[in-house]
Amino acid sequence: MTIVFGIFLLTLLVITALGIVHTRNLFVAVMLLGIFSLLIALNFFILDAADVALTEAAVGAGISTVLFLGALALTSERERLGTRHRWLSLAVVASATLVVLYATFDKPRFGDPNAPVHQHVAPWYLEKTPEYVDIPNVVTAVLGSFRGYDTLGEVFVVFTAGIGVLFLLSSRRGGANHRPPGERDASGIGLREHVIPRVVGRLLVPFILLFGLYVQFHGEYGPGGGFQAGALIAAAFILYALIEGEDRTLAAVPQRWLNALMVGGALLYGGVGLAGIVLGSNFLDYSVLGADPVAGQHLGIILIEAGVGMTVTGTLLSIFHAFAARDRA
Amino acid sequence: MAWAAATAASAASFAIAVQLTAGVLGGQEYRYALGGWPAPYGIELLVDSFSALLLLIATGASTLALLAGKASLEGEIELRRQPLFYSAWLLALAGFAGILVAADAFNIFVFMEISSLSSYVLVAGGPDRRALPAVFKYLLMGTIGATFYLIGVGLVYMMTGTLNLADMELRIHEVADQKPILVAAGFITVGLALKAALFPLHVWLPNAYTYAPHAVSAFFAACATKVALYVLLRFDFVVFQQNLTGHDQQFAAYLMPLAVLAILFGSAVALFESNLKRLLAYSSVAQIGYILLGASLVTIGGLSASLLHMFNHALAKGALFLAVMAIAMRYSRLDLQHLAGAAKRMPWTLSALVVAGLSLIGVPGTAGFISKWYLVTAALDEGALGIALVAVIVVGSLMAVVYIWRIVEAAWFEPADDSATGPAGTIREAPVAMLAIVWLAALANIYFGLATDLPRELATRAAISLLGHLP
Amino acid sequence: MELLGLYHYWVFVVLLMIGFYAVVAKVNLIKKLIGLSLFQSAVFLLYITMSKVSGGTAPIVLPGMVDPLYSNPLPQVLILTAIVVGISTTALGLGIVVRIKEEYGTTEEHEIQEIDRR
Repeated sequence: MTIVFGIFLLTLLVITALGIVHTRNLFVAVMLLGIFSLLIALNFFILDAADVALTEAAVGAGISTVLFLGALALTSERERLGTRHRWLSLAVVASATLVVLYATFDKPRFGDPNAPVHQHVAPWYLEKTPEYVDIPNVVTAVLGSFRGYDTLGEVFVVFTAGIGVLFLLSSRRGGANHRPPGERDASGIGLREHVIPRVVGRLLVPFILLFGLYVQFHGEYGPGGGFQAGALIAAAFILYALIEGEDRTLAAVPQRWLNALMVGGALLYGGVGLAGIVLGSNFLDYSVLGADPVAGQHLGIILIEAGVGMTVTGTLLSIFHAFAARDRA
Repeated sequence: MAWAAATAASAASFAIAVQLTAGVLGGQEYRYALGGWPAPYGIELLVDSFSALLLLIATGASTLALLAGKASLEGEIELRRQPLFYSAWLLALAGFAGILVAADAFNIFVFMEISSLSSYVLVAGGPDRRALPAVFKYLLMGTIGATFYLIGVGLVYMMTGTLNLADMELRIHEVADQKPILVAAGFITVGLALKAALFPLHVWLPNAYTYAPHAVSAFFAACATKVALYVLLRFDFVVFQQNLTGHDQQFAAYLMPLAVLAILFGSAVALFESNLKRLLAYSSVAQIGYILLGASLVTIGGLSASLLHMFNHALAKGALFLAVMAIAMRYSRLDLQHLAGAAKRMPWTLSALVVAGLSLIGVPGTAGFISKWYLVTAALDEGALGIALVAVIVVGSLMAVVYIWRIVEAAWFEPADDSATGPAGTIREAPVAMLAIVWLAALANIYFGLATDLPRELATRAAISLLGHLP
Repeated sequence: MELLGLYHYWVFVVLLMIGFYAVVAKVNLIKKLIGLSLFQSAVFLLYITMSKVSGGTAPIVLPGMVDPLYSNPLPQVLILTAIVVGISTTALGLGIVVRIKEEYGTTEEHEIQEIDRR
């Protein structure tokens, strides 16, 4: 049964991808991209990757769609010329496909517990997590503690994207498309005239926030963690902005707070790492943070996940506001 | 204010790099287990002679570019955006440094993305709007490169079960020569070649370097592509070489022709290019060819020549772009015809440019000569093929003489064109602070052309350690 | 099961190439970014496919489980990072496209090249 379902999902993925590339209407393409993200998240879930499914759904289907739509609002919705060098590109792509297919022939059998990928490091994590870190979700243990340095790098990637978008979209508007400052379109006012989105949206926002906080703190016990939580909380505010208008959202959570969240989260993470050095051990060693190593690990993971959540929320909201405000600069 | 903080941080990292280099030369190899978890379960940092050599280049280039570039950057970037710009600069430096000290394949990917994203921001920072399509192309190609690298790492992980480079080396024995490993090697090589601007995947580089803010061009020309080459060489020699039968011949067979083409193509286009920055950018494409030519010989001589050239090219190209930045302070257009007679107005700047240019060509007494000499001697060991390679190197150097001469000719021997006066009205010499750093960089070329021990020692040790992984 | 495994890998290859084709052949800049997004998602599928263990479950160690078999947690960690890196790149790319639209008035690559040529 799972086999049929799996094959069905994968085929839908391919069809969606073909549709995305084929359509000349960019709005349709972005919507299909959201559907694609959801389908792939479903696939991840079937493949036992619960954390990844949650992240892909929140980030890929949620935030990514919003950002693309924001950019579309500032540019144009249709492609004019579709494809250039079609046959050359197809030739390159076809030969690359053959090369990669060649690689799939010797790979280990799907799901084989004795495959090399499941030996060595992975069983060690599964075995030692209860002993050293003592939290149920092994993915969070690996992400937060064993490979915490990668996650620190990841926080800084998010931070860099935030800085980058703020830098790019803070320049004075130049060029061909300058709109006279007095003219405003309805985007500043939001969807207030439409009753159903307004009522339902307002009802949903607090629940989304609550769910986001739940995901943040529950990440050690089940699927969840800082990234998913950050995306969810940002999504709640974005929903509010779409309904009530960007002005009121900025009044509720000013840009200064967002900057503080962005920087504060990264500093918190780095600070926890440095605390490890100050207390006599290595960078990002949480064992010295608490009375005994396991308590230290717990404390360390909670703190860094909070840092991650803060930076992700601040950055995603800043990027959203940068796009939304550009139209009215 | 932001500039001061950035420069201080950059200088501090340079100081640390110097200290690490001193330790490495004393025979020490630094390993650090993050989080207290031992590799391969945790992430490990490693500093050896190869890392130290490149750390010096990256931190040094950043510090010099920042010190010299204050006035230039203030002119190119609005005041209220400067803190964001300098933050991106430090993030780029952090990304490069992170790659250079990493011993874990996925960690390299994360830091590669930090440095890439911040690079896109930096290149797009200048006032020229043509930087934007250039940076978009850079973003597309860079992300494809990083994703190819990720695919390759995934395939290797699938077959070995580990992400630590040293561990991979051990475990890849049992699964060597299976198809996923071969394809993984291909993906990693192509992905990193994209980021290193190896011909024919170099197309993002000329426009990106030309339209970026001048200080950024200086910083990146000195170190950005070399960091990608570092990862390529480390992965190749540490993980793949000893484990895939005949890989050293395959490595040579694929990369040597591309290196030769890069040298010839890059130098040839530079011959006809009229924009000063783009000329130097194509020259960089050629120099990357020289570096890979040495590496593709797979001998201690060739590899140490290659690594030495990384160091010396950084000195030469960095100094050249710093000089261009000084010129750009006074001249608004950097086309050769508009720079006619520049030497009379800015003699010190142009002289520094000539010194750096001589190093690029490889004139004896400059740093560039040392690495080209080593490259030639290494190539001669290869018999008949070596003669052909030496011919290519000589032809490339001759072409370099021509394109440097074109700059000299325009600056010294053309009558001055008064319509090209820059923002200052009458053209005078560059600001003293900037000029001092430009001359420091130019003189460093001569210093390291005469006192060659430090880079030679590091390069040779690094080459021996890389080749030591071979059976 | 073997068919499902192979099918997963083939779908990975197909999605990878569809995305790559969109990046290379399409002219509209936003379409290229969408293609890049597809390209990266395909790689996520590769990693997660290799992490699955038959008969296994999500790697959450709960007390009271009898002789559990878990799927591999490491690729999941790596892909969590990769997803976030992917959206960061997309966000930055979209920012650049918006600026290009402002400066050039178009988001079609050939038109931009035409404007620059003049």
